Formats: sequence, C-alpha cells, structure tokens
Amino acid sequence: MTTTTDHNHPITTPEVGGIGHSIKRHEDDRLIQGAGNFVDDIVLPGMLHMTLVRSPWAHATINGIDSSAAEAIDGVVAVVTGELLAEYNLAWMPTLSGDTQAVLATDKVRYQGQEVAAVIATDPYVARDGADAVVVDYDPLPVITNPMQGLESDAPIIRTDLEDKEDNVVYEWEAGDAAATEEAFAKADRVVTVETHYPRSHPAPLETCGIIADVSPVTGEATLYMTSQAPHAHRTVFALVAGLPEQNIRIISPDLGGGFGNKVPVYPGYVVATAASLVIGKPVKWIETRYENLISTGFARDYYMKGELAVTNEGKILGLKVDMLSDQGAFFADAQPSKLRAGLFEIVTGSYDLQAAHVTTKGVYTNKAPGGVAYRCSFRVTEASYLIERLVQNAAYELEMDPAEFRSMNFIQPDQFPYESATGLVYDSGDYETAMRKAMEMIGYDELRVEQAKAREEGRLVGIGIASFTDIVGAGPSKDYDIIGLKMFDSAELRVHPTGKAILKLGVKTQGQGHETTFAQIVAEELGIPATDIKVVHGDTDNTPYGLGTYGSRSTPVAGAATAIVARNLRDKARDIAAHMLEASADDLEWENGKFSVKGSPDSSVSIQDIAFAAYTNLPEGMQAGLEGVHYYDPPNLTYPFGTYIVAVEIDAGTGQWKVDRMVAVDDCGVRINPMIVDGQIHGGLTEGYAMSNMQFMTFDDDGNCLTAHFDSYMIPTAWETPRFELGETITPSPHHPIGAKGVGESATVGSPAAYVNAIIDALQHRGVTNIDMPVLPDRVWQALQDSEG
Amino acid sequence: MYPRAFDYLAPETKEEVLDVLAERGDEVKILAGGQSLIPMMKLRLASPGTLVDINRVPDLDSISIGNGHLTVQALVRHNDIVNSELVTTENAAMASAAPWISDPIVRNLGTLAGSVAHHDPEGDWASVMLACGAQVVAESRDGGERVIPITEFLTDMFTTSLQPTEMITEVRVPRYASRTTHEHAPPRGGGNYQKLERKVGDYATVGVATHLELGDDGGISKAGIALTSVYPHNLKVTEAEHLLVGSQPSDELFAEAAEIAKSACTPASDVRGSAEYKKDVVRVFTERGLAASLAGAQR
Ligand SMILES: Cc1cc2nc3c(=O)[nH]c(=O)nc-3n(C[C@H](O)[C@H](O)[C@H](O)COP(=O)(O)OP(=O)(O)OC[C@H]3O[C@@H](n4cnc5c(N)ncnc54)[C@H](O)[C@@H]3O)c2cc1C
Repeated sequence: MTTTTDHNHPITTPEVGGIGHSIKRHEDDRLIQGAGNFVDDIVLPGMLHMTLVRSPWAHATINGIDSSAAEAIDGVVAVVTGELLAEYNLAWMPTLSGDTQAVLATDKVRYQGQEVAAVIATDPYVARDGADAVVVDYDPLPVITNPMQGLESDAPIIRTDLEDKEDNVVYEWEAGDAAATEEAFAKADRVVTVETHYPRSHPAPLETCGIIADVSPVTGEATLYMTSQAPHAHRTVFALVAGLPEQNIRIISPDLGGGFGNKVPVYPGYVVATAASLVIGKPVKWIETRYENLISTGFARDYYMKGELAVTNEGKILGLKVDMLSDQGAFFADAQPSKLRAGLFEIVTGSYDLQAAHVTTKGVYTNKAPGGVAYRCSFRVTEASYLIERLVQNAAYELEMDPAEFRSMNFIQPDQFPYESATGLVYDSGDYETAMRKAMEMIGYDELRVEQAKAREEGRLVGIGIASFTDIVGAGPSKDYDIIGLKMFDSAELRVHPTGKAILKLGVKTQGQGHETTFAQIVAEELGIPATDIKVVHGDTDNTPYGLGTYGSRSTPVAGAATAIVARNLRDKARDIAAHMLEASADDLEWENGKFSVKGSPDSSVSIQDIAFAAYTNLPEGMQAGLEGVHYYDPPNLTYPFGTYIVAVEIDAGTGQWKVDRMVAVDDCGVRINPMIVDGQIHGGLTEGYAMSNMQFMTFDDDGNCLTAHFDSYMIPTAWETPRFELGETITPSPHHPIGAKGVGESATVGSPAAYVNAIIDALQHRGVTNIDMPVLPDRVWQALQDSEG
Repeated sequence: MYPRAFDYLAPETKEEVLDVLAERGDEVKILAGGQSLIPMMKLRLASPGTLVDINRVPDLDSISIGNGHLTVQALVRHNDIVNSELVTTENAAMASAAPWISDPIVRNLGTLAGSVAHHDPEGDWASVMLACGAQVVAESRDGGERVIPITEFLTDMFTTSLQPTEMITEVRVPRYASRTTHEHAPPRGGGNYQKLERKVGDYATVGVATHLELGDDGGISKAGIALTSVYPHNLKVTEAEHLLVGSQPSDELFAEAAEIAKSACTPASDVRGSAEYKKDVVRVFTERGLAASLAGAQR
C-alpha cells in the first residue's frame, strides 16, 4: 500500500513548476529586497502610538493607579486603565481555550509583565515617557513559579476572579486505557523510567506582535492590521469580545516576520489599541518591544513529565505510562483544539507497536505569562515525542541492546497501517524501519560505534543519539477538532482569469513557510497553469474565504487539500468547456500536460489557457460563465509525518560543552511539493531543536522575575554554532490526502531535541548518567560528570 | 526600546570634544562604537543629557608600534584588532581575544577604548589589558595628558579613574620583551584568551586571559592572569602571577596557578551556571591558557 521512493518525480515541466519542482520562492523577490510590508511598516494619517505599562511584580494587589503625571506630559493623549475598560465591558476577554484573561489588570497582577495600563501618545518615545510616569501602587503577594508549588495545600489562589475557585488546578485530563496498561506492566520484566522537565520556551519570532487599529468614527468599520496567524478566527474573536458587527471588522495580516505559534493567541495589546482607536477616533499603533514579546506573549512547553516503559528482557515494549504536570501560567490561554487539553500528546506511543498506554495530566495556574502555544510543534507533540524517544533510548541501555536494534524490534510495521495506536489515534501511513536504516547508512552508524569505543578508551566522551519520531499534524477532522467551537477545516478559492492566469485565495496565512509558492505549485500541478502565473492571496479577511489559519503544520494537509480539490473541480468544468470547444463528448477527452485532447487524436486539443478564455467568451448553452470555485476541506484524518534523526556529539569533559560532529536527518513527509522549501523547513526546525536542547529556555527566579527576557539571555543560535545538517528522505504518501502530502513545518522541531539529548546521554551513560534536562547546558553536563564520579 | 531625549553633538576635532567635556562635564557621555552605551540608553539604564560622538574626529583609528608597546587609538574597532598583523605578531593574548568579542556586527563598531572605559565585569578586553599590563592614555582640555596604568584605571565594576572631563585617546599594550630588545630574535612571549560563551555574541560565562614571557633560560620572566565575569570586576590574579614568575614552566606549576585562580574568584550562580561550575572552569581555562601561552612563547 505504501510506496517508498528516494525521489520525487515531477510530472509537470519545469516551466509549469508543479509538484516536485524546487522553484524559487515567489515571495522572496520582495522580502529579500526589503520591499515587504510588515505591520510596523504601515503608517496611517494621524496615527497615534500606544505603549503598555506592565507589572514589575509576578503577583500583587493593585491598590490604585495614578496617571496624572503621565497625562501632564506634552504629547500624551490618553491613559487607559482596566477601570476605564470595565466601563465598556472590556476589562476581561475570553481566551482561545475557554478561560478569561485580563485585558488590563483591575484587581491584581498575576505575572511579571502583565498589562496594567496603556498610554496613547503622538509618538512612541513620548508614549514610553508617559508609561514610565504612570504610578501604580502594588502590594506584593506570595508567588507560585511552578505547578508543584501551585498544588501545595497552602498555595495562594491565583484565580481569585473565578467564582468558587479554591485551588490552582486548570484541568485534569487523561488518555488511553488505565486497566490495560496495568495489565501490560504486570507482564513486564522491567520498567524503565524517565523523569524530565521539558522547559518553557518561547517562539520568539523576529518580528514581535503588533497592531494598527483603525476604527472609523464615521462608519464604525474597524480595519485591523495585525500580526495574525489566524486572521479569520481572530475576526470572530474580536466580534465576540468587542461586540462589533463582524462585517465591520477587517483583519489584514500583512507580511509576517515569523510566527511559530506566537501569533495565534489574541493579546491584550490588540484589544486595548482597538478600544483606544474606537474611543479616540484615530488609528492607534502598538508594536511590542522584544522584552514585551518574550515576557508576556504565548510561551510553549513547560511540562513536567514522568514516563515509564514496560519492557520484556527480550526487548519488546509492552506498555507506557505517563504522568504530567503542565505549567499553564496565570490564564489558560493554550492554543490547542478545545477537546484536547494536552493537545495531541496521545502521539506519545510514537513509532512503536505497544499494547497499552495511559496518560494522565494536570494543568496548573502559576504566576507566569499565559500561553501554551504550539511553538513549531503540532500541539504538545514535541513533548510527547521527546519523552518516548528518551524512554526508548534508556530502555535499550537497560537491556544492554543497541538503541537502533531496540527500535527496530518495536517499530510499527508497514503492513500494520492504517494503525490504531494504544491511545486511539489512527496513523495513516509509515515505514519507520526504512527511514532509520537510511539515516544509519548516511551517518555510517556501525563505524561510528567502533570509533566511539576507541574514543572511550582514550578517555574522550563521544555519543550517538537517535530519534525515530512520528509527528501528527493537519488538525483536523471537524468531529474532533475545533477552537472555541470553530471547526478546523480550511479553505481555498480559485479564480482563473480569461488570459489563463489565476488567483488563489486562502484561509491560511504564511509567516515564512512559502505558501505563495507552494500553493501555486499545487494549482500548477492540477491545472497545468505555470506556478508563476498564479498569485496567492491570504491574510485579509475581506478578500479570502474563512479558515482557521496556519499553525500545527496544518496548511498543506488541510488548505493544501482544499486547493487541490478546488483546482480539480475547475478542471471538471474545464472539461465540459473543452468538449464544447472540440465538439466532442466530455467522456472522450483526456487530460495531460495542461491540455484536454480527444482520445486517439492528440492534435485535436485545447490548452487550459484556451479553455479559460472560452469560459468568458465561448460557453456551451446554459453554463455559468467564469472559471472559479471555492472549496472547504474537512480532513478525514490527521497526517503522520515521521523520520529518523541521528546525531554524533563530543563532550569537553573540562567545561561540559558539547559539540555536534554530525547530524543526519531523514524525513518522510509524504509527497514533497517544493523540495527546496521542505529542506528549508527542516533546516529551521533542526536549528530550533538544537536551540532547545543546547541553550534556550525561559526561566524565572523564586519571585517570578523572568531571567531570560531579552535576547542577551534568551538564546537564539546563530549560523556559527548551528550544526551542519545532512538531509535525506523517504516518501510514503498519505493515503487520504488528495496529493499525498503530510505537512513538514514542525517535524524537525518535534523530532530533533531527543536526538541531540540522546547523543549526550549516550556519551555519558557508561558513567551512570541516565538523564539531563534540557537545555543541556554545559554546567548541567559538568554537574552530571561530578556526580557520576562521586 | 525608546531612549529618553538627549542632545547629540558630533565635533570634528579632538579639541572640540575636550571643550564639550570641560563645559558639560558630568551630563556628557562620549559615544564611540555605541555597543554598550546605546543598548543601555534604549533600556533607559543610562540617560545622558548629551552625547558627544567622537567618530568624526580624525587620526584616532590606528594601531602602531610605540616605545616598547602597541598603541591602540580610541577609534580602533574590535575588528581592526582581529585583522591586524601587528597585533598577531606582537601580542598573542590580544590576537586570541579579539575574535571572541561578540559577533562581527558588534566588532565592526565597538572599540577597545570604549570597552575599558565602560568596565563591564563581563567585558573581555579589560582582562586582557590586566594580564598584559596595559596603560590608558587620557586627555582633558585643562589637565593635559595622563598615562594611567590599567590597574589604577579600572577601579570597580562600571567605574574607572577617568575624570568626566577626560577622554581616552589611546591604550598602550606591551609587546613581547624579546621582540623589543633584539628585533630578530624569535618571540619569547605568548598569550591566550579562553572564553566560555553560550553562543556567538554572548558575553563570557567565564573568561581567562593569560600572558607569559620567558627569559633566556626558558624560565618565566613575566606572567599575567586575569579573569572575566567571575568577580565583581575583571580580576587580576596577582598571587598566581607571583607564583609563576621566576619558575621553570611545567604542568604542575600551571595546575597550581590554576588552583589559585579558582579560589580567587567569587562567581555568582545564575542562568549561565552554578558558582562551583564557573570556578572549576576558571581552573580548567587557566591551565589551558597557560599551556597555550607557553606553546606560543616556545615557538
Ligand atoms: C550584542 C552585544 C554583544 C557584546 N558582546 C561582548 C563580548 O562578548 N565581549 C565584550 O567584551 N564586549 C561585548 N560587547 C560590548 C562591546 O565590546 C562594546 O563595544 C564595548 O564594550 C564598548 O565599546 P564602544 O566603542 O562600543 O563604546 P560605547 O558604547 O560608545 O561607550 C561605552 C562607554 O565608554 C565610554 N567611552 C567610549 N569611548 C571613550 C573614550 N574614548 N574616552 C572616554 N570614554 C569613552 C562611553 O562614554 C560609554 O560610557 C557586546 C555588545 C553588544 C551590543
């Protein structure tokens, strides 16, 4: 059923540039020449500037706010407080996960950096002066900085605003089968445990969040230029929060400088700027500084996980138990599908065929910024994938087996697909063994193991780490997946113009993924119109069909499918027009290379361009004019990209620093539309995975002060320290996706952290080291070495 | 990142700069590369009333050989030092440290003089200058020129003995003794900078500057060790230097010096690592740095 090949074989010519062609990105012409158009580039006449006053405290009662000094500054137009917003019923707003969040704090602040007031001024410098002059009287309260503290019996209650809330628990959630798992564990020879904290990280897009709210005092129409990965969903949220009629709200999400999940939630700044524009009657611009972006907007991860793997002495995995605590911050603003409190964490059984699994998780409020976004990971899949890959590696050590052979013994086999996992997911397709063997061959696994043994004799610390991950993307089928009730379908509208050029309008929104190119290529494939003749429009709610936006690697699986289908629908109509033009029966026509021709007489043919012209000039009786359509796609299932990453590291025993010598990444994301763009996505993800394993985390002191609130402390790797990546591929199409594509935006972030960490543990396991939490900072390695010597 | 309002002056002669300093004194800040001052202003940690930009002052950007030393003028950029052949042959500690200063963008603008004037305990240059025994040359309109030994110049973290009316015109760094005494003899000095950073562009978690000169008998005639980021200011480890001078170099001797450096520092535990860890890295780096310096001197 699955085919595994080494190469894409494009069907279209390079001039058409359909699927499989590495054509250059259309959007790069403007982006690399500095001619992009980002929110902060936009200047409107009479525009005012807004700066937020933020809390220096992580938890404190607000006794009062004195804005008189700020109001006295020349150029300050207004100071907005929560009290003022309350008059408009805007002091609180709903989050994407059904909780409420303060827009501007009224009762107390619940995390450092929380929005307390806003200063609107004629320029951003004066706005900052004004913000510095606002005096807020706080009484500090005891602070909770992790979920364990939050669950203590005498813990202060953070959400005093919620009626009858007597603890800090956000939710409790479980998946899998507890009884079956106990049974599996009873049969096991050994149980291998990994306890680890997947640290809080931040998507940190280079462009911070911002908005220009332009509410017309005359018509009441609100045009919001906004950093949004999901403009349509945001419009609906705005309609609900602000009570504005939805047809009067237009969200324009122009070029985005990265998103990675950070631009999915609705932030207080957007709401305040909109309210300010509404009240003042002028456009209001708000652009976060880097500091503000890091301390207050959607973080990711922050999971405390305990995983146990039940194995037999022969090396068979029987079952998996996971217990987790999730640090949700002060408001539950997780951007996950509503029914899934732990996102798609059920993928935690990974690439392995095991009988039973059980996952329990508890979300806890803490005095930290809200969030829980999918930072380049499809809804908690990064945490799940990390845990199972660390467990599998440690189980192999426990059984004194080679980690690759141990994986081999437990992989789901190609003939088991579609495969129903112990947690109830149905994997669409996969061939894990082939991908792993390919990666092993590329890196020279057997030779590396020989070299490792030699290095060890010389006292050097050398390690090889594997991760054979399975990702789960493309949310999702409407029966299970929604965000605040909005089903997670997506859409495409395609119009072919008389000259045979086309415009494709999408409900999703690129942040750098290359949609303007990739989606044009899908149309090129289906209709034979050159990709360069297709303009892709997105990010403007007035001009695109409704969609849930781009995150969770869902654009290609969902909107990509919608695009292929709408193009096929147009091709059906084109066939009827061609029949009319060729004076033949539609059934007698065949489609090839962008042409319909009469079977058996290839000279009798019309091109798609001829047909497009005829659609407006020469139609059969009774047919509607035009060649256009729209399709809303509700995916039948998710897609399951996979792959194997292998990393070789060497550790400096003196400093604990580790260096990647080799990094091989074999990815299988089904059919690759633009292989170059796919490679780019993988490079980015492997880099972010490296960052999280090596240097990157959000951390706080006991008072809840964020210690990593600037780029001098929140580390983003540069080209210098980023390892060299060697990429490989296998291609196992998704059987349920119209073009067999699976989505690839996040595979590498999901799969790679475990590969790096497994390599480090592999270098140290002969010294008795079984775990080091991420980021594997040099001092943590050093400490592990000290402890193992002691 | 919005600084408070300030006056900006960009004179075209040194005399005018000194006039501004003499007249506006305390409220003025000299702007050189701006790689420390501008970030502090943007974070509103510093809000000088006046910036006097010295980048248009001519003849302030050369590296040359003076009397027994290298002269590094106030507008010499970190990258000028990276690319200087003079530095490569005359002072290995500087040559080794220069590429470790931040990233290419910062190196294109930031200056050695600005770095020592700023005296950030996480700054790399002050340690190198302490290890080598540099001198800072300052000038003011009314006081003329002062030559200040680096140990007297650096007083405390973010503090120096520079007067508000003074500008640094150059920094003088010793050349190796053998080079200056007999021009054609092989260098008998070596130096090194070891730095632990999390990524390119990061300040040091730990930095160790070492400088060694050998006498004709192969014994150590001059030694310098200074540490970055592990003490409230850049720390010269005098006790270890004394141990080394007059002895024949050996692994055991270096290990002993490294232990002294380790116990001299008092790093803080923070996101970069625990205090014990940093202390141990000081030890490891001091050993490695001395070994590399010796190898350079024996070349
Ligand atoms: C991202 C980043 C990373 C960095 N990483 C490192 C690093 O790894 N290691 C490191 O050592 N440094 C690092 N730095 C700091 C950098 O080296 C600065 O360039 C240096 O500290 C200051 O030199 P400057 O010429 O830029 O001085 P400025 O920023 O212009 O001035 C700094 C201070 O010195 C004073 N000053 C400057 N010149 C004179 C003068 N001639 N006379 C009197 N006073 C003067 C100024 O008034 C000011 O108080 C980094 C900076 C940045 C922005």
